Amino acid sequence: MTTIPDFLGVELDLFLTQGWGWALLVGLYRSLLIAAGAFVLGLVIGTLGSFGKLYGNRFARQSLELYTTIVRSLPELILILVVYFVGTDMLNKTLDLVGYPPVDVNGAAAGIFVLGIVIGAYATEVIRGAILAVPSGQIEAARAFGMSPALVLRRITLPAMLPNAIPGLSNLWLIAMKNTALLAVLGFGELTQVTRQAAGATKSYFTFFLAAACLYLLATLISNLLTRRLEAWSRRGMA
Amino acid sequence: MSETNLTAAQAPVVASGRSEPTIGLWGWVILAVAFAYAGYAMRWDWLLDWYPQLIRGLGTTMLLLATTVFLGMLLAIPIGLVQVFGPRWLSIPARAFCTVIRGTPLLLQLWLLYYGLGSLFPQFPAIRDSFLWPYLRQAWPYAVLSLTLSYAAYEGEVFRGAFAGVPKGQLEAARSFGMSPWHSFRRIWFPQAFHRALPTLAGETILQLKATPLVATITVMDIYSVAAQVRQQTYLTYEPLLVISVVYIIVAMGLLKLFATLTNTRYMRAPN
Repeated sequence: MTTIPDFLGVELDLFLTQGWGWALLVGLYRSLLIAAGAFVLGLVIGTLGSFGKLYGNRFARQSLELYTTIVRSLPELILILVVYFVGTDMLNKTLDLVGYPPVDVNGAAAGIFVLGIVIGAYATEVIRGAILAVPSGQIEAARAFGMSPALVLRRITLPAMLPNAIPGLSNLWLIAMKNTALLAVLGFGELTQVTRQAAGATKSYFTFFLAAACLYLLATLISNLLTRRLEAWSRRGMA
Repeated sequence: MSETNLTAAQAPVVASGRSEPTIGLWGWVILAVAFAYAGYAMRWDWLLDWYPQLIRGLGTTMLLLATTVFLGMLLAIPIGLVQVFGPRWLSIPARAFCTVIRGTPLLLQLWLLYYGLGSLFPQFPAIRDSFLWPYLRQAWPYAVLSLTLSYAAYEGEVFRGAFAGVPKGQLEAARSFGMSPWHSFRRIWFPQAFHRALPTLAGETILQLKATPLVATITVMDIYSVAAQVRQQTYLTYEPLLVISVVYIIVAMGLLKLFATLTNTRYMRAPN
């Protein structure tokens, strides 16, 4: 095996010829995939949840309040464990009822589900706040034009709340990305877990954790750049 | 800007001034049903054997929280300050520090310090022979360090905004009264900035509480790691997690109460 000399004290050999660099990139890809899935699921939960909180009946409002309060006041690590155990338990019990053998849950799917439930609680609050910040005169005007509630929502409320929601939602995206690291505790093969394996196998702990930190940071900085553009776009034509 | 809002979006159950929805009758009914089910269908006899360890773990968690919030605050104030008026060679590193810490997962930082630094240190005889070595071989210094740095970065960003938000006229007035820079900082700038930062402090501190269980992954015996031990030894999955969940919620509410009373003391109340 050819060895590549160290560059600025970084053991390039580990990344290039021993294949750990590629493994880290695959880990990053999986992390981003889980984060994206969880974010989309969280957006769906958040949209439905904020509608339920704003326009639902008393039962819907209060059970949603319970959901957001509990999720936001518990450590993510505990939530992830509880949701994972409850989720797989319930899935296997349902499968058992219909007469299928229990399954081993796919890591990425479980990660998306677990993080999506967590992100959904925060997204509910962000979207609820953004809808509340839409001037009520705009909605009243739409109603005065004879628009149906569904049309008001589609044409007025949702587009008008978007600029209010984007800063909060882009933060949620960053949180989703960073929270994927917690899945390493459950042993899912995302970036942090792959890094731990690589570091353990090569004994170059410092190098690998630093490399993973750089990858996370890069993802964050690129996300910041994109969300800034998105925010400017959503505010186009506004003062 | 996405950066300045990071704390606002993350901030947990802090009231935002609007009339917040409450849990109400149905919420309490759901909670009561859940607790009744848990009391009836789950096993709780293990609590008798484990409660002393749980309490000791809670003590570790609280000590870790208090220490890192205090040290983090001490670091955050200069970090925020130099970003507002410091020279370039101070403000750029401060800014980079905040960006790096806030842009990477805390779990990774913790492991970088514990496994990374922990594996580098023994290579230096100077460190191995120093009086610090017995401490550096334990896990808690790394836990304290990484939680402190994390709190300092998030709160430093808050203090940057708070220092920048104090109206210029206030500082100019202080100067025209003949106050020295240090005097006007102590009497005018810092109190007003601190007052601005206080509401987010509650949210940040609860975020810090929610970050403490991560230290269990580097063998610090906090309340979460006690629950993990219970799970391993009794094969009970939900019960220990449920117990510590209730504990975390109670502690979080206590902290909110504490910060609310702190905000309402005479010194902290908004002027006028």
